[in-house]
Amino acid sequence: MFEYAPAPESVRPQINEHYGLFVDGEFVDAEDGAVFKSVNPSTEEALFTVAEAGEADVAKAVAAARRAQEAVWGPMSGSERGKYLFRIARLLQEKAREFAVAESLDNGKPIKETRDFDVPTAAQHFFYHAGWADKLAYAGLGPDPRPLGVVGQVIPWNFPLLMLAWKIAPALACGNTVVLKPAETTPLTALMFAELCQEADLPAGVVNILPGAGATGAALVDSAVDKIAFTGSTAVGRAIARTVAGSTKRLTLELGGKAANIVFDDAPLDQAVEGIVNGIFFNQGHVCCAGSRLLVQESVADEVLERLKARVETLRVGDPLDKNTDIGAINSAEQLSRIRALTETGAGEGAEAWQPACDLPERGFWFRPTVFTGVQQSMRIAQEEIFGPVLSVLTFRTPDEAIAKANNTPYGLSAGVWTEKGSKILWAAERLRAGVVWANTFNQFDAASPFGGLKESGYGREGGRQGLEAYLDV
Amino acid sequence: MSDRLRVKKTYKLYVGGKFPRSESGRSYPVSGPDGTELANAALASRKDARDAVAAARKAQRPWAGQTAYLRGQILYRAAEMLEGRAGQFAEELADATGAEPGQALSTVESAIDRLVHYAGWTDKYASVLGGANPVAGPYFNHTKPEPLGVVAVVAPQDDPLLGLVEAVAPAIAAGNTVVVLASEAKPLPALSFGEVLATSDLPGGVVNLLSGKVAEVAPHLAAHADVNGLDLGGVADADLAAGLEAAAAETLKVVRRPGKAGSPLDLLRQWTEYKTVWHPAGMAAAAGGAY
Repeated sequence: MFEYAPAPESVRPQINEHYGLFVDGEFVDAEDGAVFKSVNPSTEEALFTVAEAGEADVAKAVAAARRAQEAVWGPMSGSERGKYLFRIARLLQEKAREFAVAESLDNGKPIKETRDFDVPTAAQHFFYHAGWADKLAYAGLGPDPRPLGVVGQVIPWNFPLLMLAWKIAPALACGNTVVLKPAETTPLTALMFAELCQEADLPAGVVNILPGAGATGAALVDSAVDKIAFTGSTAVGRAIARTVAGSTKRLTLELGGKAANIVFDDAPLDQAVEGIVNGIFFNQGHVCCAGSRLLVQESVADEVLERLKARVETLRVGDPLDKNTDIGAINSAEQLSRIRALTETGAGEGAEAWQPACDLPERGFWFRPTVFTGVQQSMRIAQEEIFGPVLSVLTFRTPDEAIAKANNTPYGLSAGVWTEKGSKILWAAERLRAGVVWANTFNQFDAASPFGGLKESGYGREGGRQGLEAYLDV
Repeated sequence: MSDRLRVKKTYKLYVGGKFPRSESGRSYPVSGPDGTELANAALASRKDARDAVAAARKAQRPWAGQTAYLRGQILYRAAEMLEGRAGQFAEELADATGAEPGQALSTVESAIDRLVHYAGWTDKYASVLGGANPVAGPYFNHTKPEPLGVVAVVAPQDDPLLGLVEAVAPAIAAGNTVVVLASEAKPLPALSFGEVLATSDLPGGVVNLLSGKVAEVAPHLAAHADVNGLDLGGVADADLAAGLEAAAAETLKVVRRPGKAGSPLDLLRQWTEYKTVWHPAGMAAAAGGAY
């Protein structure tokens, strides 16, 4: 095996020492002066300080968004709105490298992912929805689709810029204005996006960014918005659904998952192994649709596991800014302890853990890729979302058993199917209770393709023609 | 009018294709608007609601697995059966609501026409709502609406037949199965509608009809983990509706709030969710992701 020389990314983005809240087109500090730090998870060093929005700030931002929606953004022609979004997409493409590096620093994910996936896909999302802004009446939802008004949006830390794009692009294209709360551990690219909105001359109040933690999000849910769009954990999604019950607020939720990645005995095994690795180790496994349960047919289980372990041995864990890095840092100390705790239950319940022999950096939050074998359906590692680089392997004998096991979860976000037989793919896709099914591939995303879950993975779609429904009154 | 003693009907529940009394053995008197006692209806219990959900769950996969063409024919058959008994339903409706006979008949005719309308939707809504997505890569990417599963319906209180048909038809046209809590004070037309469904080749369990107290039974349906959608159209009390919506949040059910209007397509959309399937088109894509 060849050794790799370090290949650190050389671009360094402009990161301010302090960021304010972005309200009504300006950066301002919180009314109560609250501030928190954002930490680089690969070094545990503080990157910058940022204002933390409280109730009063939420009220101000929502009022600004309301004024902007009623006076400027709502009445504006769709083609003009679209041009602003095209402009934002172009600016994102121009600053792609800066955003990619900043995202890696703040989130801990490898630069090859931010560079090749997060940022380009975010730009595509703005480009795609820009084109919808003057074509909403042709979306097939109704003859006279109207914006909902002001939308409150709360996003997670796993894909900070991309989740922002998934939320803001369709909302703006449909004529709404937004108040968005980025996750407390990853506010950087949202604040850089706010600067980009200024550069694009986006009218004040159309986009408002309020960094903060759970209390800020709860205040936003309680505020005078017309709709809440949330991506995050099922527990918080459930609490939001309870809160809006009995109100007129609309709600879309993109929540947790425990996806099955099913490998049949007639699958192309090398491709399947690549797909299994991509499914669970992409973004350190911090992916709601991660293929965290491998269901492999008994007759090929030994062979698949052998190839899988050999492949995982080659994964490079370390400096997120090294272009050779496959697996970066865990996003926070809190998430790391959650992964550790759940992983310990796996061993405690009798599953067998395997990890490759790889060195971990001394500082920062790190977790070795982990494969559990001998997993039973009743174990916590087979039922609960770990949200880390931990794969649970189960086996099956018949296709019916595979489907039954795959669907044996309260979640229903995604699933994978590996087989060379087309009719078997369609058979399985029909029966899997999941919003997205990947056949002979995994973790593919596109602005033109609706994404979202069933059951306790939430409701509503993001992307595609169907994603517009979440932001229109038809 | 002859002297013959009229044979009166016992109004029972419709669960799993059968007509049981409430397992609780309870019933409650149902009167017309003028106070005339019409019948004793079964007073459904929590256990009846759970039996109905179990029947609906059992029937859902096979019902969704039928061809859309067949689902359409069965809905049309239900329209045929209702047409044949329009006179009886007009009479029951007039007794229940106090409507003039002509008006009651016209309401029944509207219900028949609604069934015919949705019979025609079964093999069309998926192509209207779904489609192929032009993704930026070598993949065939396809989206189509799929049924949520089991939908619990609190049927409208003052429109006991047409309102119920308008709530139930889009849900089952889209491949869901339903548990319906009929109008509390006017349940008889709904319970007779079960007889129409039972003779329409509709598999048992696709539609389950309960009569009883909304405040007693609806909370169990709202909290039931095997119910995927909740239609609160017939919940008049705003506090009760909010409480039911909050209970439904525990298992993240899709909820339709009271008073929400919608086109037929909106109603079909309400009880479906999109599934998107990605498939490589070409060998380059089959090589997998970024690793």
